[in-house]
Amino acid sequence: MTSYLVRRVFGLIPLLIGITFVSFFVIQLAPGSPVDVATDLNPKASAEVRERLQKTFGLDQPLHVQYGQWLGRISRGDFGRSFAPHNRQVAEMIREALPITLLLNVMSLCLIMGIGIPIGVLSATRQYSVPDRITTVFVFIGFAMPGFWFALLCMLLFGVELGWLPISGLQSLDYDMLTLPQKILDRARHLILPVGIAGLTGLAGISRYMRSSMLEVVRQDYVTTARAKGLDERTVIYNHALRNALLPVITILGLSLPALIGGSVIFETIFAIPGMGRLFYDAVLSRDYPLVMGVLVISAVLTLLGNLLADVSYALADPRLRRR
Amino acid sequence: MTAGCSRGPETPGVCEIAAQSGAVANGDSILLGSIGDASNLIPMRAGDSASHEVAGRIFDGMLAYDRDLGGLEPRLAERWEVSEDGREITFYLRKDVRWQDGEPFTARDVEFGFKTITDPATLTAYAEDYLQVSRFEVIDDHTFRVSYDKPYAPALATWGSMVVLPRHLLEGQNINEATEFARNPVGLGAYKFESWGTKRQITVLANDDYYRGRPHIDRVVTRILPDQQTQFLELKSGGLDMMGLTPLQFTRQTEAADFTRNIRKFNYLGNGYTYLGYNLLREPFTDVRVRRALSHAIDKNEIVSAVLLGRGQPAVSPYKPGTRWFNDRVNDPQYDPEKARALLAEAGWTDSDGDGILDKDGKPFRFEIITNNGNEQRAKTATIIQRRLREIGIAVEVRTIEWAAFINDFVDKKNFDAVVLGWSLDPDPDQYIIWHSSKTEPKQFNFISFDYAEVDALLEAGRRTFDADERKKAYDRFQEILVEEQPYTFLYYPESLPALHCRFRGIEPAAAGIAYNFKDWYVPQSLQKYAMTASP
Repeated sequence: MTSYLVRRVFGLIPLLIGITFVSFFVIQLAPGSPVDVATDLNPKASAEVRERLQKTFGLDQPLHVQYGQWLGRISRGDFGRSFAPHNRQVAEMIREALPITLLLNVMSLCLIMGIGIPIGVLSATRQYSVPDRITTVFVFIGFAMPGFWFALLCMLLFGVELGWLPISGLQSLDYDMLTLPQKILDRARHLILPVGIAGLTGLAGISRYMRSSMLEVVRQDYVTTARAKGLDERTVIYNHALRNALLPVITILGLSLPALIGGSVIFETIFAIPGMGRLFYDAVLSRDYPLVMGVLVISAVLTLLGNLLADVSYALADPRLRRR
Repeated sequence: MTAGCSRGPETPGVCEIAAQSGAVANGDSILLGSIGDASNLIPMRAGDSASHEVAGRIFDGMLAYDRDLGGLEPRLAERWEVSEDGREITFYLRKDVRWQDGEPFTARDVEFGFKTITDPATLTAYAEDYLQVSRFEVIDDHTFRVSYDKPYAPALATWGSMVVLPRHLLEGQNINEATEFARNPVGLGAYKFESWGTKRQITVLANDDYYRGRPHIDRVVTRILPDQQTQFLELKSGGLDMMGLTPLQFTRQTEAADFTRNIRKFNYLGNGYTYLGYNLLREPFTDVRVRRALSHAIDKNEIVSAVLLGRGQPAVSPYKPGTRWFNDRVNDPQYDPEKARALLAEAGWTDSDGDGILDKDGKPFRFEIITNNGNEQRAKTATIIQRRLREIGIAVEVRTIEWAAFINDFVDKKNFDAVVLGWSLDPDPDQYIIWHSSKTEPKQFNFISFDYAEVDALLEAGRRTFDADERKKAYDRFQEILVEEQPYTFLYYPESLPALHCRFRGIEPAAAGIAYNFKDWYVPQSLQKYAMTASP
């Protein structure tokens, strides 16, 4: 097992380098450079200024040299500094955005699981009943509706018309002056709309998965056996069928690990949330290469780790895989 | 007419109450919206408007434009002298100004700022104006003199806040990496920096020691709200006090009583114009008759009413109507399709094969208008032009292109027939970098390759004299030539459409807009919304 693990981990390194190599060159293919962003159609910027900026960013060097320098820095754990005028550490910028995105994604994932799984079970155990049909229509409306449009409608209703909830942002103006319980309440009020809407629009996938998985399981022989033993329906469904039906859903959960750190640009823009989606999107638009590469490295590492985790758990379960 | 305490079913809105209650009072906060976060609060290091807007409250310049944008008025300098030959400017600074940390402000600080911005190692897009300076002399703590090799009229206005930096805090530091100061600056303006939550909000507080007197509004919070729709909802619900409306919001979505009870709208000409620029190196735009014909074929009023919903004016020249530099005696080509056809026929363009498209020497009159994507107004404008030109027999294609590709692959390589773009307008009339024939290289701004000897001479003359009447003469003639030559079809000047909560008073709209006297805005005591805990 140990040798399998070591082999797998070492196998990841060339893969990771390959990903960064391709990303580094692909982003350079996009027209424009970080210098353009500061100087395009800015009447005050002259050619000398442009050259000076090029040089400082190291953009006057050939591409492979730039890549080598970048690789050298990143191998020492240095993400470099952003090309934007604030010149901040890339690592620091990611550290600011990541917890916000994680908080939102984990909460909406919990909401999706908490509602989606019971809906799926309900639809499966009472297939074609009225509740099944209603929830099916309901989750598909959520799935088909453009998230940003639904968000704007909810903001209009709860924020402007009823005035119950704050419209955007993560905290109130005078957050720092509040007491701790007030702070928690304030945060919660700000999270209701974004988490709720992300949850509602994401329900369809998991509830349908749960439904079909459950439908498959309840037809298995051991469920019939359980019923034949005279167990009551609750025990059959929740103790015997549900546990097995949950397995594929848990696999999906594992695969969504990298998605946890990826924010949605549209969502974050509408709700004015400073998360990973906007960080990456703005970085690409301004051709802020160090920041783009920083975010890409983090997501690549997480994706690879997620895959590794899945493989390792399969290997634990199935000895045949280890020898391959 | 009704007394203030009548209790009908409709309680009076803030606008009604504010109109009656009066006394100037200190206090309250104003919540502003910004699409993007600031990047760097050192003015010379920032390239975005969000940074400049915040930094503009924290820093001050030697001088500033007055409310009519006609002249300059003193700020940190109490007066200045321009030498006879126009090559030297001497600034006499106020002696009562202190940095927000208590250190006195002196000419050494300006010298430090000047040295920093002209240092080749400094990453700034604004060095050009200061590289014209041949000598910077500190005469005493409160006097300095700058010399130029040739008189340079726009020079005076460049001595704004760009070069004012606290030497005692920044000397010896690398300005490019001064992240500490850039995110927590010490200035000398009406407001002092308080806090900055990345991509959330930036807060500044009134500076009690401000040399022009403390501003009345205690706190200015700039909230970063990247979505226009969200901003609008926040404005309606009270989460924002001021924002710029779109023409659609201004004309169609802000008429209801629940909006107008609490929020007041303003409209005045903004600082910019949109144009259709022709590539003067390409046939048939080399022919002035063709360009005039195109201008006659385009109905500017129609564009203003369709694209801006009437919230703008047809443009004539690169100057703003109502300012001293605008020449109102020029004859702008009016919408007249018959005249357009006649001019085109004169230039040899007729529909000889009867297919509805004009042709000359067997070649049909087709061309492409390009503009950057993401700007809906420009795309709509191009489409309306397309239709009008089709009516006189010209086939136009419209293409929108992503900004970076648009600039690099099309504009810089002069690989276009015509572009729809906009310029913002500076209060100074100098237009050298856009129209002088020496500015046609890639990345320069005369990308349409306009080359006209008399215009070159006029633009040079306008730069070389400080005498406003002489400058006016030069720029009047310059405008006559532009209107005659039509290298651009000047399309429209859009209006600025700010909306502001009614509790704010002391607003006096002028050519400079409404924000120029922000320091004098106030909220009457009874209407103040945000109580501040007393600051020491």
